[in-house]
Amino acid sequence: MYKNFFRYLISAIFLLGFSVNSNADFKVGFVYVGPTGDHGWTFQHHEGRNAVEAAGIKTTFVESVPEGADAERVIRQLAQSGHDLIFTTSFGYMDPTNKVAKDFPNVKFEHATGYKREHSNVSTYSARFYEGRTLLGHIAGKMTKTNTIGYIASFPIPEVIRGINAMTLAAQKVNPNIKTKIVWVFTWYDPGKEAEAAQALIDQGADVIMQHTDSTAPVQTAEKAGVWSFGQASDMQRFAPKSILTSIIDDWAPYYVERAIAARDGTWNQQDTWHGLKEGMVAMGPYNSAMGADLVKEVEQLQKDLASGKVHSFTGPIYDQKGNILVAEGKVADDGMLAGMSVYVKGVEGDIPK
Amino acid sequence: MSLDISFIGILIGSIMASSVPLILAASGELITERSGVLNLGVEGMMIIGAISGFALMVITDNLFIAIVGSMLSGVIISLIFGFLTQSLLTNHVATGLALTIFGIGLSAMLGKNFVGIPGKEFPILFSSLRESIPFFGPILFGHSIVLYFAFALPFLTNYFLKKTKLGLVVRAVGDSPVSASNQGINVVLVRYCCILYGGAMCGLAGAYLSLIYTPQWIENMTAGRGWIALALVVFATWSPIKVLIGALIFGGITILQLHMQAIGFRIPVQFLSALPYLMTIIVLVVISRDSRKIKLNTPTSLGRIFYKEK
Repeated sequence: MYKNFFRYLISAIFLLGFSVNSNADFKVGFVYVGPTGDHGWTFQHHEGRNAVEAAGIKTTFVESVPEGADAERVIRQLAQSGHDLIFTTSFGYMDPTNKVAKDFPNVKFEHATGYKREHSNVSTYSARFYEGRTLLGHIAGKMTKTNTIGYIASFPIPEVIRGINAMTLAAQKVNPNIKTKIVWVFTWYDPGKEAEAAQALIDQGADVIMQHTDSTAPVQTAEKAGVWSFGQASDMQRFAPKSILTSIIDDWAPYYVERAIAARDGTWNQQDTWHGLKEGMVAMGPYNSAMGADLVKEVEQLQKDLASGKVHSFTGPIYDQKGNILVAEGKVADDGMLAGMSVYVKGVEGDIPK
Repeated sequence: MSLDISFIGILIGSIMASSVPLILAASGELITERSGVLNLGVEGMMIIGAISGFALMVITDNLFIAIVGSMLSGVIISLIFGFLTQSLLTNHVATGLALTIFGIGLSAMLGKNFVGIPGKEFPILFSSLRESIPFFGPILFGHSIVLYFAFALPFLTNYFLKKTKLGLVVRAVGDSPVSASNQGINVVLVRYCCILYGGAMCGLAGAYLSLIYTPQWIENMTAGRGWIALALVVFATWSPIKVLIGALIFGGITILQLHMQAIGFRIPVQFLSALPYLMTIIVLVVISRDSRKIKLNTPTSLGRIFYKEK
């Protein structure tokens, strides 16, 4: 669309301006997929950037950068204009990040939620959001009256599928009759469309709504319709105080500060980070008292057990939709399997879009 | 769950609600274009309306002021476009695009302090009738006043263009500004008015999103609806009633495809997502294939700069 093209053009001009007085001191760049005001995914990354800035390190950011070819040019501009460390904070930046990294061996790159580290200056990092989804599934399974959970999904990537599966497995454990209905909206961020998807799921009988998109529209729709919902990426409670049972909160700040300081001091090395509840990269918002004291206690215990490793979100036996075994009884899924997850578990309705 | 009659009523009600911003913005733009001005700034004017409406709601706590203020903000920003294109004779396309970029940037800046504030509930009319009458209840009642206005607007616009003298003036200016000018019509003034009217409607469309549909301010919350409204005007061949039909088809299929996914139809999701665009274009092309009528409705001087001979 023209809109994005011009946005890119403007950011390019903006960045060119920066390149004039570069190389002076250490600088960190951030590339965001949404606006910093989305109050979800990008908002949390921006909070992380603020923490880096507070630690005395200079940063710049470019927001609302579309995934794909445009992203490569923005990342390249950042690398050219003297940034020493660049965080690319969306799955779709995976290939562009690696491509640019090849041409700038002295610049360090950190790509969020991806798995490709083709060059020694590319690290990847992500959070074990699925641990949060396990808690949501447990709560949803207990709270639903219609046994139908509505799930607003963005794009069919392992990250999203893993969340759907983790949630469904946990819900099935406490409520064997559970059904997960999924609507794919093919966007990370479109409040209107997300609200419509939530409404469609509610009209189809879902009384618990869960989202893997970034705006607060779904929880507000749930609040209006009087059904339960969960906040995504950041604490969304004030948008739907009655409806939200809890939120999954991404806390990138400690990681960003640590990595930025390491890069500045020359101790940065390539790594693949996957932190969860244990390290605090995934945190939970306050639990709604409507859940009842018993359920809150139960969930808090489960949260502790997930953090300590006593319980794993993907503990066998786990079957796919056709009934083939994915994880044998007594085993847990390894990180490789989790990272590449591309099939639904038994109990999820519908097909994964190809 | 099942497709019973009262469920279809609810479905139609939510389709109507989703098409309101498209109807408002497209109807406004239609008048602007019928006067011969192509304003590609619809998205920018909508987003300015969205932030102004929301900000005024937070500051004054008065929804009436918020709605009127959003329309005024649309007027003000379209005045910039009007001044550039009509008084300084700049290119319509470039100026309109600039207006959109400007609007998106300005709204993000103005909105910084309004992110994360929950909206206020907008009053809906006849909510008791909505519950008590099956099928027709959710279709006809329980909506905001803006929705009723939006659904009346295409008919009013049609009447205005076809039956009133002022409507004739607008069409004359759009078709042949030179002849209109020779008849003693102030072409520039008429175009200014049409631009400002379009701005007001786009502002209202934006406020509908931030005050009623998803009551909150989020950056870029119009998410491309302005561009869809622009396309609707062209595919509806500048006919107000066809704009209404197009907006309903677009909103309808957007929502239906989400329901089809939730029900679990085994149709590729990508195809379903593309369906609203495809169907809207197909239907509008089919219903407006009468080339004589297209010629009649198309503003001949659309996007051309008018130089008044001195």
